[in-house]
Amino acid sequence: MAGPIIALAGISRTYEVGGRPVLALRNVDLEIAPGEHLSIMGPSGSGKSSLLNILGCLDRPTTGTYRLEGQETSQLSERELALVRRHKIGFIFQFFHLVPRLTAAENVELPMMFAGIEPQERKQSVVEALAAVDLSDRTEHRPDQLSGGERQRVAIARAIVMRPAILLADEPTGNLDSASGREVVERIEAMNRAGITLVVVTHDPAIGERAHRRIRLADGIVVSDVSQKDGTP
Amino acid sequence: MRARDVLGYSARSLRGHRLRSALSLLGVAIGVASVILLTSLGEGAKVYVTGEFTSLGSNLLIVVPGRTETTGAAPMVSTAPNDLTLDDCEALLQRVPSIRKLAPLVFGTAPASAGERSRDVMVIGTTPEMLEVRKLRIGIGRYLPPGTRDAPICILGAKVQRELFDNRNPLGEWVHVGEARFRVVGVLAPRGTSIGLNMDESVHIPVHNAMRLFDRSSLFRILAEVHSSAEIETARRQTIAVLTERHNHEEDVTILTQDAILSTFGRILGILTAALAGIAAISLVVAGIGIMNVMLVSVSERTREIGLVKALGATRPQILLLFLIEAAVLSTAGGVLGLAFGLAVGKTFQNFVPDFPVAPPWWAVVAALAVSITVGLGFGMLPARRAAALDPIAALARRRA
Repeated sequence: MAGPIIALAGISRTYEVGGRPVLALRNVDLEIAPGEHLSIMGPSGSGKSSLLNILGCLDRPTTGTYRLEGQETSQLSERELALVRRHKIGFIFQFFHLVPRLTAAENVELPMMFAGIEPQERKQSVVEALAAVDLSDRTEHRPDQLSGGERQRVAIARAIVMRPAILLADEPTGNLDSASGREVVERIEAMNRAGITLVVVTHDPAIGERAHRRIRLADGIVVSDVSQKDGTP
Repeated sequence: MRARDVLGYSARSLRGHRLRSALSLLGVAIGVASVILLTSLGEGAKVYVTGEFTSLGSNLLIVVPGRTETTGAAPMVSTAPNDLTLDDCEALLQRVPSIRKLAPLVFGTAPASAGERSRDVMVIGTTPEMLEVRKLRIGIGRYLPPGTRDAPICILGAKVQRELFDNRNPLGEWVHVGEARFRVVGVLAPRGTSIGLNMDESVHIPVHNAMRLFDRSSLFRILAEVHSSAEIETARRQTIAVLTERHNHEEDVTILTQDAILSTFGRILGILTAALAGIAAISLVVAGIGIMNVMLVSVSERTREIGLVKALGATRPQILLLFLIEAAVLSTAGGVLGLAFGLAVGKTFQNFVPDFPVAPPWWAVVAALAVSITVGLGFGMLPARRAAALDPIAALARRRA
């Protein structure tokens, strides 16, 4: 097997809250192989979000090293981190975070716009990404004309349009009914089967149990790390 | 990021809150329109006054008795200026070769009457040369015949004619001016006011008659026309030399040249225009604060969006640029609108007052547009920096804006 796509070593993250330091992550070591499907579970306050933010290069660890595709990230500048997010990471959020005034297609196009990609190439990628989430007939709809499930599928299309290596999903079904939630999860898992590394943060066991590898956090410490070779029953 | 994308993104977000965008745009539009209008009026006044002076007659020297400069201390012996006389006129005509024509001017007011009607008029006592020197035009009849110094004849201004004779032909009629009687030989074409002298309200009589009428032996002014504008300075120096010699070697006259008057007025009106533009520019600053306010509201409303685009890989300079351009689009659109509005109002105004040229100087147009863009960039900077500096995690964590 090739080396890990994500390698965390001795990661700690300390916040100042009211002048007192609060340890959100304590000495976390974690290696994720390319193409893995991994869930991070734990109660609120366990450090899930902190870990996700560090994995997504939205935040830097206080101590420790984070190697992403072999590249050490803790020394990167703010601009370099933005470029890492742009090219290597796709985000899916609980609250979709679509820009309300833009159509589905334009929302999907956003990451490519910031990357300065040719409009012609952009159009092609957007069409493909929306087709992958089965929304080819909704491209010109604005978010307020879409259902919750459809919005999250637009967000998935946006997350994969730059063909990132890693998909980070933060409670992707937290704001959806169970039918839409199931559909969204299936879409994301289809992306994973196509080769993308998938990390899902959730406190919903039904979602978390579907992952091949399950990490449980408590008080900023990895308390269990279970792999299940043959997928969900 | 491509320029078209930046503009498109900014334009879409402005359209997202139309009323707010329109109002702050209106602020800039009003500022720019007032700069354009006020400078148009200032510049119009300058062009108008310049035109008035040019219509005085070209290459004109005006000799005024007395020195107008203020001297340091009051002199021990008062040096009352010598009178300007008709002999001075003769001397100038003979000894200053660059003077082509010259007209003496005696001036006063007196009641004029014809039949039952009377009114006060400005009496101008002069010689036939006045017609050419002051570029006067005759409506009907003629001006003073050549060589006339002393004759009981007069020429009426257009308004005097109208008020004393209505529509009757006044030629050959008698008019009483003060104690004397004059036969009307001509009427001036209407002309209106030029530098405070309304020729329409004047009555011209020969110079000697005027001196008798006002019991005076001195002249009010001497108007001299020089061959060409290149000779004005020479003529001015020679005129002073001749008159100084004749007046007991005392320099006691002031020479006004058209150029000097023009440049003085030009300077005054230029300063006035700049002052007006400055006052109007204050409204642009106010408009800029309006834009800053709108952009700050926009940044706080769009906190989640900013967090999102950061997560999608937008760099700090890209976000700064997006918000700066948004502010600049707003202010530039306002500037263009204000320019169009200012020009349109100027044009309308022009239709009502055709004599007064209302056109903004080119520098005001350029400056107004440049300033409106600068206002957008300048006042957009603070909100844009605030947007660029947002922490993506905190911005995304905001539930609903």
